[in-house]
Amino acid sequence: MRPFTEHEGLVAVLPRDDVDTDQIIPKQFLSRTDRDGYGDACFFAWRLDEAGRPRPDFELNHPGFRGASVLVAGRNFGCGSSREHAAWALLDSGLRVVVAPSFGDIFTVNALQNGLLPVALPAEAVRTLVGRGERHDGYRLTVDLGRQEVRDGEGLRVGFTVDPFWRDCLLEGRDPVAMALHHAAAISAHEALRSPLLPVSTGLDT
Amino acid sequence: MTARTAYAKIWDAHVVAGDPRARALLYVDLHLVHEVTSPQAFQGLRAAGRTVRRPDLTLATMDHNVPTWERSRPTPDPVAQEQLRQLEENCREAGIPLLGLHHARQGIVHVIGPELGVTQPGMTVVCGDSHTATHGAFGALAFGIGTSEVEQVLATQCLWQAPAATLEVRIEGALPAGVTAKDIALGVIGRIGVGGGRGSVIEYTGPVVRALSMEGRMTLCNMTIEAGARAGLVSPDETTVRYLEGRPAVPGGADLARAAAAWLAVASDPGATFDRTETIDGTALVPYVTWGTTPAMVVPVTGHVPTLDAFPTEAGRRTAERALAYMDLAEGTPIEAITVDRVFIGSCTNSRLEDLRAAAEVVLGRRAHPRVRAMVVPGSQTVKREAEALGLDRIFRDAGFEWREAGCSMCLGMNPDVLLPGERCASTSNRNFEGRQGAGGRTHLVSPAMAAAAALHGHFVDVRELATTRLPEPPAARAGG
Repeated sequence: MRPFTEHEGLVAVLPRDDVDTDQIIPKQFLSRTDRDGYGDACFFAWRLDEAGRPRPDFELNHPGFRGASVLVAGRNFGCGSSREHAAWALLDSGLRVVVAPSFGDIFTVNALQNGLLPVALPAEAVRTLVGRGERHDGYRLTVDLGRQEVRDGEGLRVGFTVDPFWRDCLLEGRDPVAMALHHAAAISAHEALRSPLLPVSTGLDT
Repeated sequence: MTARTAYAKIWDAHVVAGDPRARALLYVDLHLVHEVTSPQAFQGLRAAGRTVRRPDLTLATMDHNVPTWERSRPTPDPVAQEQLRQLEENCREAGIPLLGLHHARQGIVHVIGPELGVTQPGMTVVCGDSHTATHGAFGALAFGIGTSEVEQVLATQCLWQAPAATLEVRIEGALPAGVTAKDIALGVIGRIGVGGGRGSVIEYTGPVVRALSMEGRMTLCNMTIEAGARAGLVSPDETTVRYLEGRPAVPGGADLARAAAAWLAVASDPGATFDRTETIDGTALVPYVTWGTTPAMVVPVTGHVPTLDAFPTEAGRRTAERALAYMDLAEGTPIEAITVDRVFIGSCTNSRLEDLRAAAEVVLGRRAHPRVRAMVVPGSQTVKREAEALGLDRIFRDAGFEWREAGCSMCLGMNPDVLLPGERCASTSNRNFEGRQGAGGRTHLVSPAMAAAAALHGHFVDVRELATTRLPEPPAARAGG
């Protein structure tokens, strides 16, 4: 797993609620079988018009946000479809952190699996960050996972919590699959006790 | 022994290791796989030198990107074709049963599991698809996962999970005529919001849920993710047992009685407590239509598109304003004055036999409005055959509706079934997000009967006001037959 300890970077703000994963990456990019190369697809329909020109009304098209690695967004970010392509696309477009009042549950796990850190902060703190980010003057944030703290150069300091399991995985770059395989004996023991009446998927092809 | 919820019972029975109150390794009884969210998982597995632990607890199908019109020729999109090819190869290599494009039981992953009887009460079911909660209708703990987790389940048959909060959604009273499970789902989401269930597992309870068929319960649980919840379920009862009896993966004879006893024991104990309860008066539910770009932007068919001053916060007004602009709707427009260009009856929400029957009862003997292009996409080849045996395909075709092959189709438009920019659709699917059914397309979510009625009239109408013909009950449906 890609480790995450501390990150400092330029902030971009997208103060919209309920940004769903269909917006982060539309369906026409989901037929591909790769894990990367989705940066150009990120926010495709919001970013570009039918002729492929940048839409001036889309917040993230502001030149001041170019090169941003910290996204500040509205509540329930990443709701909807389970497509992990959403996390891949955000990473491929240069982001390492998304800050919002809340996140979709499946998106949270998909992001963490890929070393993209979802940081849930109180709505009031997010409003402050949006206000500072909207000045477009190179506003930057430091996100410190070890201390679970977000800081800016203007004295702001807000704490957050990440599930201890994922915090350890990210800080130490641990692989959740390897951690599960460590319990191979317990998995086998569970399997030995499963009811023989439980269904199997094989042999149904009649 | 204290009274436990169905969720707590399933959780406790599947903890393999770890701390059950914080982070546990949970065993997965059934892993459903499809072409879109699995190729990268198999690649990762191979790269790590790992193999599929339990191909016999894994079942694959092709549903998301498959064409529904013409299957004798190769899939038109070469990229999609490659995705299908990889699934075929991955399943062959790992020994995973695959209900492929030309299989007699091919269909939407959340339709075929229950049809085959591989979804049973008390099980844990996962799939790289957010609508996996559908299987919760059987009293299973079923939830959607991402591709990295698909890889984990392939390798270990387990997932690291934290326990969820429990939310009881209790539907009291009885459902009025013309109001369906879809309307319950839309009513619930309208009430608690698209983030209302976040971090929770919902159990749907109360007399209205007890009276629902298994198809209705699947529709209700399917939409759980649209309220942001991790999973939704219904405690198993005699309706569950009757549905499962005789299905291919369900035991027969004395084993059936033993299995059924175990299934019924999964139900939440009387007096079990939930972290939170929402009570909804079922008698007050009506046919709903979404007006905006989230499933929570919903009003009764007799209502109006809201006015901006109805939103108390500035952020709420901005969101509504953007939704109205995208949907090209003026505030205050009566819902019944909204005209539609397309009608889609299908998706893992509403593509089962009961859904198609409900639509056919509205359509019988009538014609689609000349401006409307309507299509019916059965959830599986099994549903398609059963519907054809009942003559439903004739009813739809005679009315000018298209009758298609099984797949996800225009619910997400990964295949050629898409809305054109600006087209407006009455859809029985689950998401009205911007561009969901095609870039620039506008989606209004409704029940199958409401979608059928909109197809006939060219605009939304209250299905309760229409005379419908009751079609005979189908013979006891048995997917195994």
